[in-house]
Amino acid sequence: MQKPSSPEHAPDSLRSGPDANGHFGPYGGVFVAETLMPLMQQLKQAYRQAQADPGFQEELNAYLQHYVGRPSPLWKADRLTERVRTEAERNDQSGSGATLYLKREDLNHTGSHKLNNVMGQILLARRMGKKRIVAETGAGQHGVATATVCALFGLECEIFMGATDVARQAPNVFRMHLLGAKVNPVTAGGGTLKDALNEAMRDWVAHVDDTYFLVGTVAGPHPYPEMVRDFQSVIGTEARAQMIAQTGRLPDAIVAAIGGGSNAMGIFHPFLDDRDVRLYGVEAAGLGLDSGRTAASIARGTPGVLHGNRTYLMQDAHGQITEPYSISAGLDYPGIGPEHAWLNDIGRVDYVSATDAEALEAFQLLTRLEGIIPALESAHGLAYALKLARTLPADRNVVVNISGRGDKDVPTVAAHLGVKLS
Amino acid sequence: MTSLSHPSAPERKNRIGKRFARLAAEGRGALIPYLEAFDPDRATSLALLKAMPEAGADLIEVGVPFSDPSADGPTIQQAAERGLKAGATLEGVLEMVAEFRQTDDETPVVLMGYCNPIDRFGPEKFCRAAARAGVDGLIVVDLPPEEAALLAPHARANGLDIITLTAPTTPQARLNTILKNATGFVYYVSIAGVTGTASATTAQLRSALERLRQATSLPVAIGFGIRTPQQAAEASRIADGAVVASALIKTLASTLNDGQATPQTLPAVLTQLRQLAAGVRKGTFLE
Repeated sequence: MQKPSSPEHAPDSLRSGPDANGHFGPYGGVFVAETLMPLMQQLKQAYRQAQADPGFQEELNAYLQHYVGRPSPLWKADRLTERVRTEAERNDQSGSGATLYLKREDLNHTGSHKLNNVMGQILLARRMGKKRIVAETGAGQHGVATATVCALFGLECEIFMGATDVARQAPNVFRMHLLGAKVNPVTAGGGTLKDALNEAMRDWVAHVDDTYFLVGTVAGPHPYPEMVRDFQSVIGTEARAQMIAQTGRLPDAIVAAIGGGSNAMGIFHPFLDDRDVRLYGVEAAGLGLDSGRTAASIARGTPGVLHGNRTYLMQDAHGQITEPYSISAGLDYPGIGPEHAWLNDIGRVDYVSATDAEALEAFQLLTRLEGIIPALESAHGLAYALKLARTLPADRNVVVNISGRGDKDVPTVAAHLGVKLS
Repeated sequence: MTSLSHPSAPERKNRIGKRFARLAAEGRGALIPYLEAFDPDRATSLALLKAMPEAGADLIEVGVPFSDPSADGPTIQQAAERGLKAGATLEGVLEMVAEFRQTDDETPVVLMGYCNPIDRFGPEKFCRAAARAGVDGLIVVDLPPEEAALLAPHARANGLDIITLTAPTTPQARLNTILKNATGFVYYVSIAGVTGTASATTAQLRSALERLRQATSLPVAIGFGIRTPQQAAEASRIADGAVVASALIKTLASTLNDGQATPQTLPAVLTQLRQLAAGVRKGTFLE
């Protein structure tokens, strides 16, 4: 197996973005109020210095290993694969069923991939001398991860969360309280993730001198999309080495769910220059792409500017942002990371979707067959991977990123299954 | 002074430059009230726009409602929500300005809003339509000079100023860079915060203006946190103009019944505007 030589430096590498101004093709950029511009430049400078300092990566690696619990396992899901093969045969599909591998980000401390990025950014915030951290959260996984590192390093922490999400993610809200964070329910707009993001940005504008805005996904103004991607790329770097160690070759396909898109970007990025590896980003179709109740920003959105970057957005004909919908609070965002928007346009990644119903089914299937309760976000990725695997020959390998565990979603799933939890 | 920057638009009215020159000759700064288009409905907001010059507005800022105004405080956000509910669109706002121009061809009108509605409308098409409607300048909150290429060529071609925003956090070196090609006037966001929250002190404003004067010869208007006639008088003396937004919208909001305009709505806002104008004109401290 030929190893590409230092892909970041190859002239035609897809890994070299963004450009100096933070653009991925026509996407990305720094669309923020002037008050924040100097701060964005400071942040970029601090990040460049950290990147150039071997001590920073060493410190981060130590925390990733000893606190986060990395590397996360790559699990060959035999029972799931067997099910896929049975169905491929029964439905007389073109394929005979690929082998499924699961990248277990659900096993990280705090239960999701979010901690990889949060650990990187908190170390950066400390280097910048910031004393106070603000963050936005949808399902609460990013909020919990942020509150966790703030507890670990003794920093003041304030989390903005849509009032709707506060209601539907009560266990995570309580976890944040236990960890010592202040949780601010946001009632403006629809009271979901996008409104929480607006509110976090407002707080940041008012406290630029001592506050660090800890962004949870590969969106927002430059350098956040690049920085979060870099911190999450540990997922793909590990998965690449693990697949080679376990199978002797690269996988044939990688599948990951997309809200803002950080777990997907993290697992895709180290494979971008391996053109034979097919990459699939799975958006939340909600009740269906054409139901009007969806969060599929690429499939049903158009390019525009929101939250500091240019990307695909769910919006109306007049440029007003519309409310997205998904059963998963973590995918309920009207935009997507700008690098995904670009990878879509150049055709390197296939952006597809899974509905609420398909995700619920995949959620139960993984739980029953492998003893792994996935986050509803991850269940969207899995739902598409199951469909894909059925169409592939048996000698193909598909990696699915299980970005988080599903404990937080148990009440939502129970409600949809008509089960009353006391 | 700005006409030199727009050789490609000889027919341009240049109301902004003319207005600041006239006020400088009168020895006073500009009072620049803000209204959110379609708040709480199109008719009321247009009537307010038409009545503002007589009540003492020297320039007028018209807010374009946006669903996600992340640099605005709750007062303007709620005004935007009312405007959107009343059917505001970018096109509708331009039509409002065009109607205003039928009765007033002198008062400069500056649109203030966020990138996305313009991006969706199409920047080139928008600049053409805005110029035709009688708009003089654009303040795009989330469009820093680094990203201005999206709009600047089209604005220039149509004789529209893109008003440059500066903040207390802007370092001098950056001021020099971003003001090098600025036109119209410079908008100084006087606090690091969202609209309608804290106010800057006189001393802070003085030292900020000293820095700005070194970087530009354009007029400077101070915005964010100006509520009283006294603050407006001070700000317009220290700088060349004072923007009052949230204070006027709060007054408007206080007259609404169930979100609808009442007979008190127009008189209340205009009375407040007259008091602000008197402060700016006399330069006296009114309470």
